[in-house]
Amino acid sequence: MKSRRSPGVAIWLLLVISLLLSGCQRSAPLPFQLTNISGHMPALDFKLTDDQGKAVSGADYRGKVVLLYFGYTHCPDVCPLTLAQLHVVMQRLGPLADGARILFVSVDPTRDTSAVLHAYVHAFDPRVVGLTGDPRIIEALVKRYRSAFTREPASSDGNYEVSHSSAIYVFDRDGNARVLSTPTDSQDDLVHDLHLLLSTGASS
Amino acid sequence: MKPLALSALFAGLLLAAGAHATSAEHILPSHAWIRVLPGDLPAGAYVTLENSSDQAAALSGASSTAYAEVMLHQSSNEGGVSRMAMLHSLAIPAHGKAVLAPASYHLMLMKAATQVKPGDVVKLNLTFTDGSTLATDFIARPASAIDDTH
Repeated sequence: MKSRRSPGVAIWLLLVISLLLSGCQRSAPLPFQLTNISGHMPALDFKLTDDQGKAVSGADYRGKVVLLYFGYTHCPDVCPLTLAQLHVVMQRLGPLADGARILFVSVDPTRDTSAVLHAYVHAFDPRVVGLTGDPRIIEALVKRYRSAFTREPASSDGNYEVSHSSAIYVFDRDGNARVLSTPTDSQDDLVHDLHLLLSTGASS
Repeated sequence: MKPLALSALFAGLLLAAGAHATSAEHILPSHAWIRVLPGDLPAGAYVTLENSSDQAAALSGASSTAYAEVMLHQSSNEGGVSRMAMLHSLAIPAHGKAVLAPASYHLMLMKAATQVKPGDVVKLNLTFTDGSTLATDFIARPASAIDDTH
């Protein structure tokens, strides 16, 4: 009886200890350099269509560190600059970058079809995913991250610009919002914080 | 008397030419490049314009056979929101410069006549508010190009 019970107890103890340890790891504050938004922004959650025409949700990116950015393809200056800079960030992370995904959510779903987005995002980096969908769903997603976008009046030829958030929201592998990067933040800080997030929980 | 009158006429002509020097004559462009995007998406063009004159100049836009439409724009980021606004002109101070660079002033190029590819050289005729123009070669760079000139 005794000899049978003790291995069971040992396994339970191990389980409890490992649970406690993983709990500790999760709650231990990481020394981020960017604005820490842990617990202040909702987790990654959406239902959109990716640049290959596939229906995707936030849950599909669990296990990856996610960089969420709102933009549109008819934006010739700031959006490509941001994506070009993120490509440099990915290069600086080396093999770790494979654990990251850049989600480029279009705030101009009327013009940004999956095909347009596909050609666009792949001109920058293989880890960028273009997302589009129902305008109301995109609006709700933008609001979820306390931001907004405005379609500006069209010019005579029907072309128009969209004003949108310039921030990059970073989520950990469990989909929790962790840090916010703005255009005034240094690239070194983003690389540093991504390194922290990518180095933890790599097994999941 | 005749040779004197002639030289006076020449002097007058030279003065007149000096007084009517155009903006374009005193502008030196450098770091001219275009960020090429896939398909028929609008592209951004960037250039540094140095003014060697005592007179201020102003860029009003550009035209090109390669793009049906060119607009002078300014990007801004206020309160965490990225915006683009159309500009009528951009001042180039006397003995100063104007820098068109990513996330700031740029020329938006629309409706390419043929697909522009990285490595191509595209001629843009920069136009100034006095009506003068300056043909400038812009090098087409890939979408992921980083502006390393500033």
